[in-house]
Amino acid sequence: MSHLFEAFSIALRMIVSGDPGVFSIALRTLLIASVSTLLATLLFVPLGCLINFSSFKGKRLAVGFVQTMYSVPTVFVGMLVFLMISRSGPLGGLELLFSPWAIILGEVVLIAPIITGLTISALQSTGKGLEDTAVALGGGRRTVILKVLSEAKYTMLTSVLMGFGRAVSEVGVAIMVGGNIAGYTRTLTTAIALGVGKGETAPSIALGLILLSLALIVSIIVNLLQHGGRK
Amino acid sequence: MILQLKNIQQKKNGNKILKGVSIDVPEGSFFVLMGPTGCGKTSLLRIAGLLDSPSSGDIIFKGKKLTSRKKELLHTRRQIASMFQSPVMFRGSVSSNVGWGLKIRGIKKPEIASRTEKVLEFVGLSGFAERDASTLSGGERRRTALARALVLEPELLILDEPGTSLDPAFKRDLLKRIKEIHLQTGTTFVMATHDFTDALAVGTMGAVMRNGLIEQSGMMDDILFKPESRFMASFTGVRNIFPADFAGTEACVRQLTITHSGIKQGHGFLAIPPEVIVLSLAPNLTSERNRFNGTVKSIERNGTNWDVTVEVSDIPIIVAITTGALEELEIAPGTDIHLSFKASAVHVF
Repeated sequence: MSHLFEAFSIALRMIVSGDPGVFSIALRTLLIASVSTLLATLLFVPLGCLINFSSFKGKRLAVGFVQTMYSVPTVFVGMLVFLMISRSGPLGGLELLFSPWAIILGEVVLIAPIITGLTISALQSTGKGLEDTAVALGGGRRTVILKVLSEAKYTMLTSVLMGFGRAVSEVGVAIMVGGNIAGYTRTLTTAIALGVGKGETAPSIALGLILLSLALIVSIIVNLLQHGGRK
Repeated sequence: MILQLKNIQQKKNGNKILKGVSIDVPEGSFFVLMGPTGCGKTSLLRIAGLLDSPSSGDIIFKGKKLTSRKKELLHTRRQIASMFQSPVMFRGSVSSNVGWGLKIRGIKKPEIASRTEKVLEFVGLSGFAERDASTLSGGERRRTALARALVLEPELLILDEPGTSLDPAFKRDLLKRIKEIHLQTGTTFVMATHDFTDALAVGTMGAVMRNGLIEQSGMMDDILFKPESRFMASFTGVRNIFPADFAGTEACVRQLTITHSGIKQGHGFLAIPPEVIVLSLAPNLTSERNRFNGTVKSIERNGTNWDVTVEVSDIPIIVAITTGALEELEIAPGTDIHLSFKASAVHVF
């Protein structure tokens, strides 16, 4: 027990003193997760909107499939991306394997269903009544879509943050396609996994606390947005 | 006619919701679409408001048959405004909600502000402009929705059950305000309601729907006083509906012969509104052609009036009387009594 307390106090000292090792990993993690979320947002928020505002056969099935993919195991995504970008894979020529871009690609694939699915849910949560009201007040198709987007913006932002939360905390993809290379592809989660394995408790706890803080910040923002969205 | 719906049919998930409905709405009228819940009123209103396309049938607006061309539909829809049963408020203030329709029409801000202010005053919401729309009560939401529709100065205003789920005082107030607006603006209104009393409070004419079809249409007085079917008599609140065998101007209800003003043969129904029957302790020397003796069976309160059930030859006939009349007659169950009513007051169908 005293060992654990000691490790905690060392971890807190590392955070307070701004330990460069710990903070470079934290910054890298933030950067990778942010770029992944940005790319996924640019690609999959519009896809969610397209699915929501269009009518096609099998739409319900498509939405159901997207929602099922929320809980896809990270190691499965990691394996898939690994096979795609490994030397013999179709994207092997890009030489992305064991680079931060490989992790970014993996995280984009991982959070794509979350951002697409939650965007659809956010737009649907405004209700048919809102769309009908906008139409009844003389809105054309484009105006109505813009109105629905404007009403759903906070909930949509929540979906992006949920994606970021998933990206920042995943470990399977980062280890499998990033390789956990020190100073290059090591992220908070992979560093914790390695540290615990090696018995380096204090730095692992410090990294864990930072990860927990990030998750907490995301959760607070999501809650605030949801509260604001209900107003 | 500002709006004509011709033989409208609507199918949803394989079910026929509307089975060939036709209505004509004259310009400047207050047309009320009545009927029990689930009879197809809202489906018809959505078609009238150009929110849904019918499976078949024609929509004629101001004499012009509408096609499915998007531009034409949008142009026509902008002359119509709809207020739904449960109005949805946009995020933001009351004034931003009311002004939205004007904003998308490219109206300049100062004009939007002035028209919004005027219309809020009109619906009795002065001082509400900056209120967050999400904090409004049910009645205030409906008034805001009404203002949001009225500010567009539509030629046709469609209201779907505006009084639903409001308490009676708020409902009366809202309907009174709606009627005042109709009289002041001259805008044509089409309103759906399942409550016949609401319809009477505002409507000049209307139609009663049942199972996706029009049961009866015309002026409100005709619908109220000349029901054409047993369903209509029951819907308009007429009690004392009896099966009868008709022969000219006489109808036999079991062993009772009742005189009516129409001419009908064979089997059918007749209805005697409780409000038209006169009670008296002594035989009434009047010109009324239906005069009977009976015994009071029960006396029950019905709102501010009383329902007296009089048994005439084993037929229970309900008579509606005021508290004053009840006190004056001093009747109780078992009292022998005379009742009379005019032949013209009897509905036959």
